[in-house]
Amino acid sequence: MNSHQLAALAPIIVITAAAVAVMLVIAVRRNFALTGAVAGCGILLALAATVFAWQYTPIQVTPLIRVDRSALQATGLLLLAGLAVIGFCHDYFKARPGENEELPLLLLTALLGAGVLVSSSHFAAFFMGLETLSISLFVLVGYTTRRPQSLEAAIKYLVLSGVSSALLLMGMALIYAQSGALDFASIGQFVADQREIDIMTLSGIILLLAALGFKLSLVPFHLWTPDVYEGASAPISAFVATVSKGAVLLLLLRFLLGSNSFHYAPLLAVLSAIAFLSILTGNLLALLQNNVKRLLAYSSIAHMGYLLVALIAAAAVAPALAVESVTFYLVAYFITTLGAFGAVSIISTPQAEACDITCYRGLFWQRPWLAAALTLMLLSLAGIPLTAGFIAKFYIFTSGADSRLWGLLATVIAGSGLGLYYYLRVIVQMTLAADDTDRVAAPAAGQWLSTATLAALTVMVVWLGIYPEQLMHFIRAVSMPGG
Amino acid sequence: MILPALIIVLLLGGFAAWIAGRGEPNTARWIAVITLTVATLLLAAQCLQFDAIDSLPAGMPPSWLADFNRPWIPRFGIDFHLALDGISLLLIALTLLLGFMAVSSSWTEIDNRQGYFFFNLLACLAGTVGVFLAVDLFLFFFFWELMIIPMYFLISIWGHENRLYAAIKFFIFTQVSGLLMLLAIIVLVLLNHRQTGVYSFDYFQLQNTRLDADVAFWLMLGFFIAFSVKLPAVPFHTWLPDAHTQASTGGSVILAGVMLKTGAYGLLRFVFPLFPEAAQQFAPLAMALGAASIVYAAMLAFAQTDLKRLIAYTSISHMGFIVLGLFSGSYYAMQGAVVTMLAHGISAAALFMIAGFLQQRLHTRELQRMGGLWSALPRLSALTLFFALASLGLPGLANFVGEFLVLLGAFDVNTVLTVVAALGLILAPIYALRVVQQTCHGALRIEAHLHDGSKRELASLGLLVLVTLWLGLHPGPVLNLADPALKLLQNYVVMEY
Repeated sequence: MNSHQLAALAPIIVITAAAVAVMLVIAVRRNFALTGAVAGCGILLALAATVFAWQYTPIQVTPLIRVDRSALQATGLLLLAGLAVIGFCHDYFKARPGENEELPLLLLTALLGAGVLVSSSHFAAFFMGLETLSISLFVLVGYTTRRPQSLEAAIKYLVLSGVSSALLLMGMALIYAQSGALDFASIGQFVADQREIDIMTLSGIILLLAALGFKLSLVPFHLWTPDVYEGASAPISAFVATVSKGAVLLLLLRFLLGSNSFHYAPLLAVLSAIAFLSILTGNLLALLQNNVKRLLAYSSIAHMGYLLVALIAAAAVAPALAVESVTFYLVAYFITTLGAFGAVSIISTPQAEACDITCYRGLFWQRPWLAAALTLMLLSLAGIPLTAGFIAKFYIFTSGADSRLWGLLATVIAGSGLGLYYYLRVIVQMTLAADDTDRVAAPAAGQWLSTATLAALTVMVVWLGIYPEQLMHFIRAVSMPGG
Repeated sequence: MILPALIIVLLLGGFAAWIAGRGEPNTARWIAVITLTVATLLLAAQCLQFDAIDSLPAGMPPSWLADFNRPWIPRFGIDFHLALDGISLLLIALTLLLGFMAVSSSWTEIDNRQGYFFFNLLACLAGTVGVFLAVDLFLFFFFWELMIIPMYFLISIWGHENRLYAAIKFFIFTQVSGLLMLLAIIVLVLLNHRQTGVYSFDYFQLQNTRLDADVAFWLMLGFFIAFSVKLPAVPFHTWLPDAHTQASTGGSVILAGVMLKTGAYGLLRFVFPLFPEAAQQFAPLAMALGAASIVYAAMLAFAQTDLKRLIAYTSISHMGFIVLGLFSGSYYAMQGAVVTMLAHGISAAALFMIAGFLQQRLHTRELQRMGGLWSALPRLSALTLFFALASLGLPGLANFVGEFLVLLGAFDVNTVLTVVAALGLILAPIYALRVVQQTCHGALRIEAHLHDGSKRELASLGLLVLVTLWLGLHPGPVLNLADPALKLLQNYVVMEY
């Protein structure tokens, strides 16, 4: 390994070092604020390392990992999301007694897994990254052991995740059996050489897809999602919804583009069916939810369906535009989901998680800024102009129309119509007059870090909604061929 | 610079009203008035500048009066492109006039969260003005959606008993149909991209796109559905009676007076120039929908017992004349449609204001529980009579000019449908006179002492009376203002004949 390769790997190294540092700090002194600060600094350093590594791309670092611009861009996005989650965790867990010091550590290891995942160019790195991420997530989901739902969610996630890992390994084995290769490029070469559809390879890819579909909570692999979102504490739900799903989706994109598997027509049919089901099921099940965290869980299922539409478009006419669309949508989804769960975590009190929709009643008149931020997030999820979500939806429409996916686009329109209904239900609750003032708990003192994070996210949502050009330009520069 | 300033002033005024209204509601009201005054002055300044402007970009037809163009999202060729022609000028003037009316009728009716109310009101007006000015399709869609959100809040927070249902229905109808339009816009842009190699959302660029007949038809349908939901035309009208009935008076005034016109404006501005052949091909069906709206909604109006619901159905009926007129493609009918937009905007707004004033006094909208108001509220009753007559199309008042021109123009194009539509002129007196009879005549049913119209109420309605009379007796200036734009539109329509 030469110095350039080492420099390109710097973000992953820094995250690892930060995790070790946090562990040592805990051994010396148990202090939640301190560990959180160390973890936050670690992420900031890793971000700096990402910028530093930029000049050495693209470069193959060991056979397992290939650091290119899209990998670094993805790493940066995941790190920023991690930073926001630490911001929310700080205030959320500060108010809850217990030994919370290991939480930032687990967030760092999860980020490490996600970082490896999005840079992988080989099945081994793919699997290691995914497992590092998943194992950290089990613990994070079950971290608040005093709440029974939390443990239930963790066990559920553990079992189903184990099954999906088994599927993943089986898929990899089948592909390896046919192609004799484990790295994406050789698999791509193998696929390109094949004239006819080879049933073994196809089964392998579909098993792989099922395993990833589980992580992305696509229908019909979505059953764990609402329980885990509800059971985990709000900042952790945000982490599961963004970092875990985002990393897996970016990997899927990387794998499909890198291995040319798109050329299998049956694969596209499977993906289209999954997208169709995810959009409809996610939106329909969210319609009558009275639990805001479950509602956001179902809405995230639908959003993954929208993202798949752009992913499918990548196979057809214009991969460059579709990759741009996926990336932009993911950025908007990250900001919006983090913001929405952030608002939920700010509203939650140590006594009760703000799940029930009635917790939000009258919020507009008692905590107007918080309610305005949450309203913007919900409108962004619904894809209304002035927010990043609209530009993201515009991208989905553009790439879908460019590839003539009329059926899927009609589903997106129907899904958006359904989606409006349940997002508006939450907004309506916030604007209703509160019948008794004590229902909305008084704001807990000293939530400045969460508030600042939420404010930053809100500004970003509006900024990207009004002036998305810079981000578009950046993403385009990265996703250009050879970038 | 005046065009973007119009929108910005309204938005900033809205924020100012929101912030100021948290302490003292009166400040919010006055800020709203001042904001609208400034916007009106800006519009007047723009009118005075027309002679001085020769700086329209090359390639822009001379019917345009002003232009403002800045790049916004160059990645997709999206510009912040605003332009003003005679029709948009008339509709913006209507928007500002009814803005004043909405503020006036909300002065005492809105008794909670005034600051936020006026913010939403002004934001809604800003979005509407943006819709009337935008000539970049992305920007148009942006404003199109933007005016819906504040209106949603206006209905859902300050509306009447069943407001949540009405607000959500309104939002979902307009949003879903809007997405169809967005899809049509994007497909049009992509087709243009394939032909020219550049992305452009510019209205003038996209007119040059060559389209296959069936593609053009589907795209046209995407636009048509979005606009006819907003208009609304039968069968997309079911959101309207709920939304109008449940909104507060100010909300109803903006909804009926201005927001419905955005649908008609969209047909005029986009459907014909972008898809001339497809629009021609679709015209008989659209005219039939228009005629059906006229008759069907008029009959439904007659059956209503809720005053605001009744007025809402009359709106649908009048909007039918606009669809009929526009799709007939005849120059006179189009002139008539433009006049009807203005005339209906004023008469429907006035009727909603009266309904609001009555509801404030009687605490009911049920016609059965009114009656005999002439003796208790002579001034308001006289005004009710006046606007009921305007609405039924009494010669000499504004609505007559519009509907007469529509029927005159459409007759040559499609005699049968025009005859059916003319039945509307018989049905309109039936429902309009029923309103007058049930509210003003008969025995007084309410014992309580009622205050007749206050100075503020009478002044607002009086202003509308004057405008209605002016439009009815001397429509020349309005027709002249709309003339160049409609002449230009004729180029797209007449080709087929």
